[in-house]
Amino acid sequence: MNALLIELPLAWPELALLLLGSVLLVVDTMVPGESRRATCLLAQVALVIVTVLVVAGAPAETNLAFSGHFVSDPMAAALKVAILLVSVMAFSYAADYFDEHGFFRGEFYILGLFAVLGMMVLISAHSLLTVYLGLELLSLSLYSMVALHRDSPSASEAAMKYFVLGALASGMLLYGMSMLYGMTGTLELSALSRAVADLGGNNIVLVFGLVFIVVGTAFKLGLVPFHMWVPDVYEGSPTAVTLFVSSAPKIAAFAMAMRLLVDGLWPMFPAWEGMLIVLSVLSMAAGNVIAISQSNIKRMLAYSTIAHVGFLVLGILSGTATGYAGAMFYAIVYAFMSLGSFGMVMLLSRRQWEHDRLDDFQGLARRSPWFALMMLILMFSMAGVPPFAGFWAKWFVIKEVIAAGHAWLAAVAVVFSVVGAYYYLRIIKLMYFDEPVAMAAPRAAPGVRILLSANALALFVVGVLPGALMALCIRAVGM
Amino acid sequence: MTAITFYFFAAVLVISALLVITVRNPVHAALFLVLAFFSSAAVWLLLQAEFLAIALVLVYVGAVMVLFLFVIMMLDVNLAPLREGFARYLPLGLTVAALLVVTMAIVIRSGGINATAPAQDTVAGSNTQLLGQALFTDFLYPFEVAGAVLLVAIIAAIALTLRRRSRQLRTPAPGLQVAVRREDRVRIVKMDAEK
Repeated sequence: MNALLIELPLAWPELALLLLGSVLLVVDTMVPGESRRATCLLAQVALVIVTVLVVAGAPAETNLAFSGHFVSDPMAAALKVAILLVSVMAFSYAADYFDEHGFFRGEFYILGLFAVLGMMVLISAHSLLTVYLGLELLSLSLYSMVALHRDSPSASEAAMKYFVLGALASGMLLYGMSMLYGMTGTLELSALSRAVADLGGNNIVLVFGLVFIVVGTAFKLGLVPFHMWVPDVYEGSPTAVTLFVSSAPKIAAFAMAMRLLVDGLWPMFPAWEGMLIVLSVLSMAAGNVIAISQSNIKRMLAYSTIAHVGFLVLGILSGTATGYAGAMFYAIVYAFMSLGSFGMVMLLSRRQWEHDRLDDFQGLARRSPWFALMMLILMFSMAGVPPFAGFWAKWFVIKEVIAAGHAWLAAVAVVFSVVGAYYYLRIIKLMYFDEPVAMAAPRAAPGVRILLSANALALFVVGVLPGALMALCIRAVGM
Repeated sequence: MTAITFYFFAAVLVISALLVITVRNPVHAALFLVLAFFSSAAVWLLLQAEFLAIALVLVYVGAVMVLFLFVIMMLDVNLAPLREGFARYLPLGLTVAALLVVTMAIVIRSGGINATAPAQDTVAGSNTQLLGQALFTDFLYPFEVAGAVLLVAIIAAIALTLRRRSRQLRTPAPGLQVAVRREDRVRIVKMDAEK
């Protein structure tokens, strides 16, 4: 009992979020229809409270709690803060979108809060069981958020695909976990790592289990060939949901890969390094090449996500602390880039009309010079043009890949980045050199305009001064 | 004896699981699923996991499957469209399944699996008691997270199915019904008697 009292404060943020989410669930039913923004505001307040708790309780060293199921370390704290910030911003964008489209569901924010809780559990997971439970909490919330717009056939279709494929991937992951548990007799990650080292990384059953673990993780990250759900879900969901699905969960998926592969299966590094190399090269190739032929911007950004995640994985497979820090930097920067890009798509959307075709960006520079500039920053950052944040993300990762002795992999990554630059630059060309079709200026609440501008400008600031965020990542991974 | 029992129930389990996905009638499929649950409960009993076996029968066979059967009968699912793609996707499905089975067989034949049976715990106390203790001490955190997962499932189910039809739906107001007086409902008409 005393041990529990000592350990409980480590999980204050999770407990607070669970409590606030449950309270909000009740409050939401009492909020009258006119004050629709109330639920969103309360959810954001809850997220801010949890952020404060995470920052206040940020540990300097690794602490295990709850019989080794929970870990509180600097990496967990940093990633949680990133996820909470991204979610607060995503909620602001979403509220504006829902206002415009006359489609309001308080459940969106509540499910969003539980998704954040799932991500936090996943980030702090230190046993196979908590990894799985955190992942399910996150995925279940996301499936239902996608399906929430019931009158839209495309959203229902997207939710169905996401759910069926997600369930299959969870099954794969569980099967792999059961293999590992059968051989090692432990669920806790550090004990698992020791047991795997004793058995030897080449043990065929362990490799067998590892294959399924990597498949499950690759599905959640959206790596080729487990990426089929990504374009359909991104395109089919309401943009506000796409925005949420594409940003914070990527950070959580990075954490999941770190916990499972690095914390739990480090002795098998040679085995999973090879698997990740194949997945990464395929993702960068397929993502960048297929994105070129897309005419829908949400679909194009979905393929660009696949390519970015392929790049991010390079940092993990380099197998060094600086490599992980590079991948973490990439994940955080990517979440903000994705947030901004989908935010821009939402800015262009009108009531009952998504405006998610590439042509809708035609001549944006005439209609709204300021937001064309913001989109320019976002697209340059995505393409990896210096001095924007996306460039440094790619730079840190490539540096580590070369240091790890995979010069050819770095060359492949650079080649596909150049291929990818084409479709980002095409949007800039559409905005600046083409005649506008419709003259309507983008509409959005003033708050969202400021937030979106801040989002894009932050990428510029991080691009000019990448040292601070990178130092934070290195300290967080700190090995 | 234990081995024979195990193989018997394992065979029943595999066959009934196969029948679940191959029989034409959905009600039969659901009943075979019940049989599959039942035989896996028997396998668990052989492993001395009494609580889990009983919970499986009570929860899945007793509650979930009954509800499931009820839904199948209520909805009267038309299976013809569901089976359309079956022949088309069968070759691909079979190829993938065969590939998986072959790789698994190679792994098992390579002799890598030499797992020893877990030591028999000879501790006092029933299975249920030990399970309860483990759940609320060592596994407290995962247990609570599992609770949150179930909560999300409930929220999602309600959010996705409940439609507020405030205008179309005519519900009686119980307050007014109770407060009704005789005069509101019955009108006494004085008439002259028939001549």
